[in-house]
Amino acid sequence: MSKLISDKTKEIFLGPLGKNNPVTVQVLGICSSLAVTSKLEPAIVMGLSVTIIVAFSNVIISLLRNTIPNRIRIIVQLVVVAALVTVVSEILKAFAYDVSVQLSVYIGLIITNCILMGRLEAFAMGNNPWESFVDGLGNGFGYAWILVAIAFFRELLGSGTLLSFRIIPQSAYDAGYSNNGLMILPPMALILVACIIWVHRSRNKELQEK
Amino acid sequence: MENLASIFVKSIFVDNMIFAFFLGMCSYLAVSKKVSTSIGLGIAVIFVLGITLPMNYLLENYVLKEGALAWLSPELAKLDLSYLAFILFIAVIAAMTQLVEMAVEKFTPSLYASLGIFLPLIAVNCAIMGGSLFMQQRAFATLGEATSYALGSGVGWLLAIVGLAAIREKMEYSDVPAPLRGLGITFITVALMGIAFMAFSGLKI
Repeated sequence: MSKLISDKTKEIFLGPLGKNNPVTVQVLGICSSLAVTSKLEPAIVMGLSVTIIVAFSNVIISLLRNTIPNRIRIIVQLVVVAALVTVVSEILKAFAYDVSVQLSVYIGLIITNCILMGRLEAFAMGNNPWESFVDGLGNGFGYAWILVAIAFFRELLGSGTLLSFRIIPQSAYDAGYSNNGLMILPPMALILVACIIWVHRSRNKELQEK
Repeated sequence: MENLASIFVKSIFVDNMIFAFFLGMCSYLAVSKKVSTSIGLGIAVIFVLGITLPMNYLLENYVLKEGALAWLSPELAKLDLSYLAFILFIAVIAAMTQLVEMAVEKFTPSLYASLGIFLPLIAVNCAIMGGSLFMQQRAFATLGEATSYALGSGVGWLLAIVGLAAIREKMEYSDVPAPLRGLGITFITVALMGIAFMAFSGLKI
């Protein structure tokens, strides 16, 4: 009896969460992962939006893969992605206006997020829709957990809050503790990504560059 | 004129695409191993930004914005097509890069030899799309302002990538801890450059 989820599908899903992570190993989608992570809430929304868009654009391109002429495939991919991004952006404006204002142009920039083009080119153009969907979900979540991890530290150390709830008690401030203002500034996001890469690569020695 | 110059300088240093907004990071990290190639990519970015951003500005102001179609007929003045912005902007960018690539290949083969491989990459460079989206958000008053913003952002991007490439060439000889080699140390370098660039953020022009 065949299993509902085969080993190969499982591998496609779990790979991007660890050893083949889109941000730290494939170096895709860096722009947005740095810019939206000064607070936890926009990071979570961004992670979910990207996951949904990658998964569905992977399915659509995978269904169309045999009919797209090779020369114009980039434009076709961009149009499919742009349509999905427009839908997500309008939904966010309608139901989560505050977050959509905070994310500002970065929602629109999901179109040119390299994760999308990378996965569409490398996976969806050559695999069937179900596997492409799983690959999209895996890469989306792989991206999302990096985002959430960075945002967790930046918000906790930079503002003393998580999801806007105060975590560090007032007594700590009275005793002389103060927020690290550098954490909210852009360069700190880069250093945090570097730290994640450092930990990740010292645990997976085969990923180290010579 | 003063206004144009201040937008130009501001978009190079204060609102630098890389250090303030992280736009175009992917190609920034991938193509910054050698100074010569990074100059090629930087020039291509200036070129494409300088063409697509003014075009998208015209599109935004005469087609997409609420009331923008009033020049066609008064009945269309109520139309607000701005939800089409993403698709139209990216279509313009993809089409223009394709056209520019073909034109450069036909007329200046020597430039094509050095820029050619980068042009298709640029269609999906976030800096180009980001430029257009920031233009929409900031609502520049004239075409000249938008063009000056485009060129300034491009020059800022060139400056950032050439600087990083030069540092990475020197870093070849450093003894970096094994897990940080390559990507990790590059991130830290960019962060330090970003902190240096923050010195410009108080600049009033």
